[in-house]
Amino acid sequence: MSITTAVFYLFAAVTVGSACGVAFGRNILYSAFALMGTFLGVAATFVLLGADFLGVVQVFVYVGGILVLTIFAVMLTHRIDVQVSNRAVGRLPGLVLSGVVLWWMIRVATSATWVVGQPGDPVPTTPGIGDAFLGTYVLPFEIASVVLLAALIGAIVLSRKEVGAA
Amino acid sequence: MNDLTLGHFVVLATILFCLGLFCVVTRRNAIGILMGIELILNSANINYVAFARYGHGGYDGQIFAIFVIMLAAAEAAIGLAIVLGIYRSFETIDVEATDRLRG
Repeated sequence: MSITTAVFYLFAAVTVGSACGVAFGRNILYSAFALMGTFLGVAATFVLLGADFLGVVQVFVYVGGILVLTIFAVMLTHRIDVQVSNRAVGRLPGLVLSGVVLWWMIRVATSATWVVGQPGDPVPTTPGIGDAFLGTYVLPFEIASVVLLAALIGAIVLSRKEVGAA
Repeated sequence: MNDLTLGHFVVLATILFCLGLFCVVTRRNAIGILMGIELILNSANINYVAFARYGHGGYDGQIFAIFVIMLAAAEAAIGLAIVLGIYRSFETIDVEATDRLRG
C-alpha cells in the first residue's frame, strides 16, 4: 500500500466518520460542527485527485461560508426541543432505505467496467480552469454570477424584518 | 506510482450519498435536512472530480464541480433565510408542524 493510498484511507475515514456524526447525531449543533470535518475531508480528497484549486474553493465556500451560515441558523433557531431532533420517518426505515441504496449503488459501481485512462502527474489546474471559464464556459459563468446576485438579494429580502408592513 | 483506483473514490462518494440520504429522510429539523443536502452535493462533486481525473474530460468535471459549489452556496443562503422566516412565523422549524402556507 503506497503512501497515497494510506492518506486516502485516512481522509476517507475522517470524511465518513464526521458524515456519520452529521447523520446520526442527536444534537443539531454537534451535527453542524461535524459537518466541518466532512467538508475538510472532501477538500483533501479533491487535492488527492489533483484538483488543487477546487480543494481551496471547497474550504473557502463550504467551511468559510455555508458552514458559518448553518451554525448561525442553528443558533438563531436554537431551542430546547430542537436539539432532540426527533425523527420524521424513524431510524429503522431510514436505515433500511439508505442501506438498500448503498448496497445497490456499490454493487453497480464495483461491477461496472469504467473506461479509465491512466492519470498523469498532478499539475496546477488554476490556469486551465481560468481559461475555460473565460472561453468555453463564459456564458454559464456569467449566468452563475447573476444567479448569485439574485440569491443574495433574495436572502436579504426573505430574512429582513418588515418595517413598513404590518 | 499510484494504486488508487476510480472505485475507491466512487465508493467513498456512495457512502457519503447514503449518509446524506439518511439525514434528509430522518430529520424533522429543517436545518438538518439542508445539511443532508450538502452531504449529497459533496458526494456528487467527488464523483465529478474523480471521473474527470480518471477519464479524459480535462477540466470539465472540475468546472461542473465549481458550478455545483456555487449553486450549493446560493441554496444554503436562500434555504436558511426561508428557515429563519419560518421560525419567525411558526416559532419552530419542525417540518411536520409547518404545514400552512398562510402565516
